[in-house]
Amino acid sequence: MSSIFTTRRSMALIAGAALAAVTLAGCSTADGSSADGPVEISYLTTNGDDSIATGEALIAAFEKENPDVKVTLNTRPGGAEGDNLVKTQLSTGEMDDVFFYNTGSLFQALNPDSTLVDLSDSDWVSDVTDGFKEVVSTDGGTYGAPLGASYAGGIAYNKKVFADLGIEIPTDWNSLVAAAQKIKAAGVTPIEQTYGDTWTSQIFLLTDFGNVLKQDPKWAEDYTANKAKFSDEPALDGFTHLQQVYDEGLLNADFASATAADGTAALADGSAAMYPMLSSFVLSTLMQNSPDAVSNIGFFAMPAENASDTTLTVWEPSAVYIPKTTEGAELDAAKKFVAFVNSPEGCAVQVENVVPGGPFSTSACSVPGDTPALVADIQAYIDADKSAAALEFLSPVKGPNLENISIEVGSGISSAKDGAAAYDDDVKKQAQQLGLKGW
Amino acid sequence: MTDLRQTNAARPSTKTTSRPRPSRTRRQRRSIYPSWFYIPAAALYIVLFAVPTFASLYFSLTRWTLFDVTFIGFDNFVQFFSDPQLLRSFMNTVVFAVVTSVAKVVLGFALAVLLTSELIGRGYLRAVTFFPVLVSTIGVGLTFKALLDPFDGIVNGALAVFGIQGPGWLTDPNLALLSVAVVDVWKGLGIATLVYIAGIVAIPQDYFEAARVDGASSWNVFRNITFPLSWPATGTVIILSVIGGLRSFDLIWAMTKGGPGFSSDVIASVIYKQYQAGFYGLSTAGNVVLFIVVTAVMIPISRLINKRSLDV
Amino acid sequence: MSALTIRRWTVGTIAIFVSVVVFLVPFAFILITAAKTAPEASQLAFTWPAEWQLWNNIGAVIADRNGILVRAFINSLVLTVASVAVMVIFAAMVGYVLQRKRSRWNPIINFFVLAGLIVPPAVVPTIWVLQGLGIFKTLGGLILIEATFGLSFCILLFQAFVATIPRELDEAAVLDGAGPIRLFFRIVLPLLKPVIVTVIVVQSVAVFNDFANPLYFLPGDANATVQLTLYAYASSATSAGALNLLFADILLITIPPLIMYIFFNRQIVAGMTSGAIKG
Repeated sequence: MSSIFTTRRSMALIAGAALAAVTLAGCSTADGSSADGPVEISYLTTNGDDSIATGEALIAAFEKENPDVKVTLNTRPGGAEGDNLVKTQLSTGEMDDVFFYNTGSLFQALNPDSTLVDLSDSDWVSDVTDGFKEVVSTDGGTYGAPLGASYAGGIAYNKKVFADLGIEIPTDWNSLVAAAQKIKAAGVTPIEQTYGDTWTSQIFLLTDFGNVLKQDPKWAEDYTANKAKFSDEPALDGFTHLQQVYDEGLLNADFASATAADGTAALADGSAAMYPMLSSFVLSTLMQNSPDAVSNIGFFAMPAENASDTTLTVWEPSAVYIPKTTEGAELDAAKKFVAFVNSPEGCAVQVENVVPGGPFSTSACSVPGDTPALVADIQAYIDADKSAAALEFLSPVKGPNLENISIEVGSGISSAKDGAAAYDDDVKKQAQQLGLKGW
Repeated sequence: MTDLRQTNAARPSTKTTSRPRPSRTRRQRRSIYPSWFYIPAAALYIVLFAVPTFASLYFSLTRWTLFDVTFIGFDNFVQFFSDPQLLRSFMNTVVFAVVTSVAKVVLGFALAVLLTSELIGRGYLRAVTFFPVLVSTIGVGLTFKALLDPFDGIVNGALAVFGIQGPGWLTDPNLALLSVAVVDVWKGLGIATLVYIAGIVAIPQDYFEAARVDGASSWNVFRNITFPLSWPATGTVIILSVIGGLRSFDLIWAMTKGGPGFSSDVIASVIYKQYQAGFYGLSTAGNVVLFIVVTAVMIPISRLINKRSLDV
Repeated sequence: MSALTIRRWTVGTIAIFVSVVVFLVPFAFILITAAKTAPEASQLAFTWPAEWQLWNNIGAVIADRNGILVRAFINSLVLTVASVAVMVIFAAMVGYVLQRKRSRWNPIINFFVLAGLIVPPAVVPTIWVLQGLGIFKTLGGLILIEATFGLSFCILLFQAFVATIPRELDEAAVLDGAGPIRLFFRIVLPLLKPVIVTVIVVQSVAVFNDFANPLYFLPGDANATVQLTLYAYASSATSAGALNLLFADILLITIPPLIMYIFFNRQIVAGMTSGAIKG
């Protein structure tokens, strides 16, 4: 058995053991494939209801087309816990034959060149957008195939409330605050926040990143190199704005305990006008709980201080990968499965199960017929070249405590300045842990 | 009895505890209490408890990732005591342990006195106070999270009947830790009460009879007999609840995950968060800090308890 | 006398009333929420269910994710039975010899037993050791972990109880020609029955309800325990607005300890009282 915790001294020994294990695995695969039974592979996805449903549907459709392959579904937690699990499984050689994981810097943190199978010679690669290819590739190859659509982070708003009060879509921060004051005066919650689901607290900061990048195109690089800080402009704006909406009483009364589902419901029924959120989450929740409201919800970018800087922050979809430990007949089956995900049949399953929160990243799939208003709004930003990739695709550094720090700033426990400084410290811990230069 | 002791004493103890040679022991009349009875438990203890504990002293001085271990001296501990979030968890741990222990001692004792007196429904009362002990901590945490919901929860619903606007028990940063502490007391009170009941029942009846003959009031009986003679039970309750309180994790994690922000973080939840984030060295340093805190608190407490029970 | 009777009744009535509010309402809340429909449950109100959906909800919980809860129940039962069995036998052996045999090692052994009770286990280094042994993320590994962490408490209980068994019994058995193994397993162990029952009850409730150790040492769905599935269910059920199912899950998971309690109520009290105080 190899160990996830390796000291330099035991490296050689473990390498030897791993080699032996790989050889053994190779032998057993060869034996397995000579038998007549179906090839069995496993697919690891996250434990959300949507990804489980998609996984099950994809497997069912795939097995129908490939009766000689049997796929079992495994699940893992999301978030930092899931990241850890994936890294652990990869390094202990226990990873499933195909797994679903983030793209961008989280993908880079997996040491893809040494742990994943290069898929650049697969047919589906030519269909994939360049933007997506960038976030699943290293100099050594392309490793992932998109599963799901891209999505944006910004502000979902209730069109009817805006129209009734005669409010234009704000493109700079001050007009957003002015609009919020007007909405508040009309007795509607201007800005919905939902710290009962802690992860939602980061949205303000994460979605401001498009604006930061517009003001300083080198920001992500400098940040990775320990030169740009959240305590300084322009990145500090995200924290300042988060504090401001609390200080001015622009939030819903139950912001501390509401869940993201509550927030979406409030937006849908018009008791809240704006909800800073990920487009995919809003759309899928609406589809599930209040489908009638879909046409009434639009989307706009988190406004920057100056309207000319306002840029939509976009997330590429996550991807499916194959670990190097998958070999022989299992590898062939795994590649078939990955290709299926990006085939027209696979896309049909994706569209059926996941509500796209934005455009797809492969030309093999397209958003069906009547595009929801929210997706059309996002597409408009992309077409106008007013979008940028989220920070997590450009820098591997993300402090683990952003959500809790954001909650502190967003509920008046600490100031924007203190919060930004605390987050800079948090980032430093992570960068040191990653062994980055300059920290 | 004497015979046996002599046999034991006659045996060279170094030999028995090292490796007893069969030929020798047979000649000497074999001990009927073989030392190898320790071996199975000792093996588990050493491999799965002692080794990790000693290893933690080293790993706490390293930056430890999935792939590498780098020795960084006391940086992790410096971090622990300079980072306001981590420092808060340290204070919270102590506050949580003190609040829950005091409450369990006071309420447990009061309840035990009540439940050993003549009372209707005594059996029912004993059963119902003990039952929360058996329920899953996660289940209790989730249930109380619903009961304490600031808007829809029945606790604030009941307060509203009296015209009181209840606070956000778990969402107010000043209240969250104490709310969890109250639920911890609710869940753990049964153990404290049970130990006290046992302590009170064990007091010889003669004392009470003598007091009754002297015409002592029930307050005097309580002050001069029940209270001092329950001291050993108090010691047990304090030790159990302080250890439990300092190490508490499940309930806090189920109810607040250390939030809002970091306001109800304790060392045990910090250890988990750092582990989740992949900061293994820092997580292990948290373990060492917890170890030191627990030891530093337990030694004076057990001294005090032992001394008091000798005095009595 | 009549004053006493009045006091008995008034204090008793007040106590019963308080106990109903403080202790029974939360359990009643679990039950009624588990019996509601999803929209009704999400209101968190303490009201009688408009539609009694308990069996449907329980069925839905059991069927969820291909019956992962059933697998989790089996895992938890195996974990509980095996680790408590190891604890009882190993700890009884130590507690017995430690109490009977006088040696200059005794203070040291006692010190380590107490240390085992007090010192919080170091999480990541324990994972490191388990990995080295190749038993990280295995049910077997977690069984040994639970057994190890519970040993000290059991040893203290056994040690205290063995002191109440007269040594003359040992001597008589030896005179009858019993060897040390037969003496222990045939004569002493049966006499330890009351404290064994206590250890079994206390530790199986503790292991069955344990959350932190499975969380650290047995991650992943393959070997999930009931507490882990409950915790995972909490986030998915909350986001799906299915609190009725969450509480049905809590209800199901509370049943095994409840059965344990109904059967062993007397023994728990008797055992704890004999052990805890002397220990």
